[in-house]
Amino acid sequence: MQLIQKYEEEMALVRGWAGWMGVALLAAALLAAPWFLRGYQLYIANIIGSKIIVAIGLNLLVGYTGQISLGHVGFVAIGAYAATHFVTAFQKAAAFQWLGGPFWVALLVGGAAAAVFGVLVGLPALRLEGPYLSIVTLGFGLAVQQLLINWPAVSGGRIGLFVPTARIGPWLLNSHQSMYFLVWTCVVLLSLVAFNLTRSHVGRAFVALRDSDIAAEVTGVNLRYYKTLAFAVSAFYAGFGGALEAYVVRYLEPTMFNLYESIYYLAMVVVGGLGTIPGSMFGATLLTLLQFGLSQAQEYLPVVYGAVVILVMTIEPLGLYGRWLKIKLWSKTWPL
Amino acid sequence: MFFWQLVVSGLSIGSLYALVSLGIVLLYRTSRVLNFAHGEMSMIATMVAYSLLTAGGVAFGPAAVLTLAVAFAAGASFYFLVLRPVKEATLLGQIITTAGFALVLSGMAVVIWGADTKVLPFPLSRAVIYNIGGVFVNQVALGSFVVALVAMLGLYLLVQKTRFGLAMRAVSQNDVAARVLGIPVRRVFAVTWGVSATLGAIAGMLLAPVTLVHPSMMFDPFLKGFAGAVLGGLDSLPGAIVGSLIIGVVENLFGGYVSTSLRTTVAFLIIIAVLLVRPEGLFGHKFMRRV
Repeated sequence: MQLIQKYEEEMALVRGWAGWMGVALLAAALLAAPWFLRGYQLYIANIIGSKIIVAIGLNLLVGYTGQISLGHVGFVAIGAYAATHFVTAFQKAAAFQWLGGPFWVALLVGGAAAAVFGVLVGLPALRLEGPYLSIVTLGFGLAVQQLLINWPAVSGGRIGLFVPTARIGPWLLNSHQSMYFLVWTCVVLLSLVAFNLTRSHVGRAFVALRDSDIAAEVTGVNLRYYKTLAFAVSAFYAGFGGALEAYVVRYLEPTMFNLYESIYYLAMVVVGGLGTIPGSMFGATLLTLLQFGLSQAQEYLPVVYGAVVILVMTIEPLGLYGRWLKIKLWSKTWPL
Repeated sequence: MFFWQLVVSGLSIGSLYALVSLGIVLLYRTSRVLNFAHGEMSMIATMVAYSLLTAGGVAFGPAAVLTLAVAFAAGASFYFLVLRPVKEATLLGQIITTAGFALVLSGMAVVIWGADTKVLPFPLSRAVIYNIGGVFVNQVALGSFVVALVAMLGLYLLVQKTRFGLAMRAVSQNDVAARVLGIPVRRVFAVTWGVSATLGAIAGMLLAPVTLVHPSMMFDPFLKGFAGAVLGGLDSLPGAIVGSLIIGVVENLFGGYVSTSLRTTVAFLIIIAVLLVRPEGLFGHKFMRRV
């Protein structure tokens, strides 16, 4: 039995001793993981981390604001390429040689570059809805990939683009373990930002906009501002995640950013649960693990992936997190 | 002359995009479902035709008819087996479900038929070229244009002149009212899925000589058809045809005069520009809703 007396208690991120225990356990598990996982497993964990960031961003747009994006991979690509080119240019400039490539700036540059395009894509969204918006975002994703394929100066042509190693001063982040700490620090920080965003007035404006944009406008939510903001924030997360993934994979080529990737990201959000940030984490983790788990039987990957998505949509449209909430509710009210 | 040559070949490929987009629009109009598996369904149908023609040793005519029947049955059963049980009725939920189905189909195609490129034995030849008033048209392009026109005419008769078409139009206006009036809404949906899949199968078989047969053969035509549908207005059948023809001609002109590698991008840029001026597409109805 939980009695909520104050608004602060209602809005608290972590509730009660059970919640804090859960957070402590999760933190301990995340910290201990590098000593239990082997090299390749850590690499997978890093990829999962970068996918989680993109999925959270996409969920802010799709789950919270109710705008469809079928071209999110375009933002991911912009973030990855912007960050890589920024670092490479920085390393070449003699005056900054001693700094190496400041990866944290590069990650922010990747996110910011994507956010600029997010605003641009968000502009048509002010007039379009539903399927019409989906074709615009789809076209954006395809356009980014085609431009990269046809612009060897940016994409490195047939050789592809190699990403320099991240470094903090003299310390090179060249092992999977050191990358693990970088990636998961970013995941924790950006999830906190997303959690706080969704319980602030901005998040409430997003949700109001999703539920009824006319009612939201009547109550004083500035539609233009918040729709564009949702696109910008979502694109920032995608660009940041893309830049991180570039650092993890250390290699970029345009075919990594195809339409199917966009659908995979959407699938992560939907399988995890729309409009819930823990859901995006579940979804991204599960589907990325599935992808690597099936690496032995690559040709069956799309079949299994699609079947999982259809199954989740049929059995539990609220996603994995929705199921978890139901279990929690059931256990709280148990003998009933 | 070069200009008209480009326009004519653009119309020829545009008529195939129109077949794809008619399938999408027909479905969207009737059941408000955007089918992202439409391209993959057509691809599977083409694969079936390929198997019938090569391994089965069936003549082209019967094989084509058999393929269309298979496509119809598969489309209708997809509605009953997959889409019907999905409780989530939101646009996004349906997009995700059909996209998931597209993944399953393209994966199945690779597992069953392999990822290599195959050549569908086609009765018409690209080497036979006609000169119509100074513009050169090959036999395949001419043939597919004619077949596409016949299919469009058939669809027009089905939707506008039959009792079933009347039921389809009623369902598309208000499915609850249609149910109250005794129209079997679920059956209408299932048949619509079947007709849509059949149109896709025709498009797939006609595209086979151009794109050759492989698991991602319908990727580009599907996107163009979808784009044409949006350009024309998603709830308008004539709009789908006009939109697709525009896409076909414009991308051919751009490919002929400027560059072939950015054709798709330009097609999408045009759509975005048109949608900014007319958010409901060229022939679509304005969004109106009760608050």
